[in-house]
Amino acid sequence: MGEKATSNNELLPHLFRLEYAKMTAVLCRHFGLQHIEIAEDIASETFLKATEVWGINGIPENPTAWLYMVAKNKTKDYLKRLTIFETQVKGAIEVSEFQAEQDFDFTQQTITDSQLAMIFAVCNPTNSTETQICLALQILCGFSVEEIADAFLSKKETIKKRLLRARTNLRNDNFQIKLLEKAALQSRHDAVLRTLYLLFNEGYSSRSNNHLIRKDLCSEAIRLALILIENPLTNTTKANALLALMCFQSSRLDARANDVGETILYEQQDKNLWSKELIEKGNYYLVNACSGNEISKYHLEAGIAYWHTTPTDNNKWGHILHLYNQLILMEYSPITALNRTFAFAKVYGNEQAIKEAEKLNLSEINYYYALLGYLYADIDVDKAIAHYNSAINLTKSISEKKTLTKEMERLQSKG
Amino acid sequence: MKEFVLIFRLSNNSDVKPSPEQMQERMNWLGSIAAQNKLADKGNTLSLSSAKTVKPDNIVTDGPYTEIKEFISGYVIVKTANIEEAIEFAKANPIFKIGGSVEVREVIKRDE
Repeated sequence: MGEKATSNNELLPHLFRLEYAKMTAVLCRHFGLQHIEIAEDIASETFLKATEVWGINGIPENPTAWLYMVAKNKTKDYLKRLTIFETQVKGAIEVSEFQAEQDFDFTQQTITDSQLAMIFAVCNPTNSTETQICLALQILCGFSVEEIADAFLSKKETIKKRLLRARTNLRNDNFQIKLLEKAALQSRHDAVLRTLYLLFNEGYSSRSNNHLIRKDLCSEAIRLALILIENPLTNTTKANALLALMCFQSSRLDARANDVGETILYEQQDKNLWSKELIEKGNYYLVNACSGNEISKYHLEAGIAYWHTTPTDNNKWGHILHLYNQLILMEYSPITALNRTFAFAKVYGNEQAIKEAEKLNLSEINYYYALLGYLYADIDVDKAIAHYNSAINLTKSISEKKTLTKEMERLQSKG
Repeated sequence: MKEFVLIFRLSNNSDVKPSPEQMQERMNWLGSIAAQNKLADKGNTLSLSSAKTVKPDNIVTDGPYTEIKEFISGYVIVKTANIEEAIEFAKANPIFKIGGSVEVREVIKRDE
């Protein structure tokens, strides 16, 4: 019994996240977005029942099938009660919008289609960046408010407020979730890719110190991107480029943190810890991405990430700098500007790069000072230490602070 | 922020393709301005071979307008606080290595 409880504790949160989002998507497509709460209630009740029953009887042979059977029955019950109310209590005048649907099912195709529809419903270009990620995490990934707050290093109340606004938008948006129409899918394609990109970045360069949550965010973004690739309507070269980028970056996830959760810089990473499997997948999707003429920022970033997986020769950094030049011309961002300068240093040396870096004048960004500290390290130790100090003061992430402090102390011991 | 057009002029009128090194230098120059978030328009290179000049009385002549010996090879628009800053960008352009020049002109906004 004790053993059962332990395995339950491990299995349930995982299953919950994975299946809750899928189940809600299917139910929501059935009831319509306006009634997303009904869908979520049924899904929650299903998992509540699973916790109770599995705690006593142990986990069934096929937990997923069990969950969907219960969800299906709960939905039927709900529809039956509703019909009784509509026909007998209210007197058969109004025809329920739910009634006509007899062919309600949880087949694999329905699940896949519903998830795709839900992704497009959730990714509304009018949502602000942070709101968008919160909503995606909750509805598409089944994250709890606590988990989202942890990932964002925010208070639960802040996240709740944000979600409340986003969900009101979602209900009023009237996005047609039942149909997977080409026009609707195309009009939101960019917003969807942007959300998945942000979701992945939130995990990859997250503020959160929780390594597990960060990995979860990355793998969720990949899971959702794969849904896009599976459907011919959404399997675009851009989507392939984004997925390639995610695969390349993820290949280094395990090499990026040590046992105590400290960040390990790229140059000090044990390359044997890089996942060859993910690099190969990245190559595969990058080739697919290059089958058209379109070059998006995802193509450029995937290209950069590709070069990062290769050994340092063949003008590697020249290629990376070239891609950063193209990227910064396409879309300005302070981080791109800083990364470009790092690549510039690798090609033209630190002295040249310091001139480039100081022109950027990004005095509110910790990475700006970290970069200057790095560039000055062998040229002017005192300046380097001062810059690292500024970087540490501006950094919120504990693991990054540790990494920067280590580097500063190394320089101090030299000087 | 004001906008300035940097107009590139060359006197050598052969349509030679730039070498990879020249391309890289140009790209780095442009990337550096963009990295400072001071690029308003990455502009274009103007063709020499596909060029005509139209004059009064429907007279069309081959090639770009070159009353002066230099022809315009391209342009870029930067956004800077003043013309001095735009001039500094111009000075760093690799065009001087191949005997070109850069003209810096403020854009006059129509509704100002």
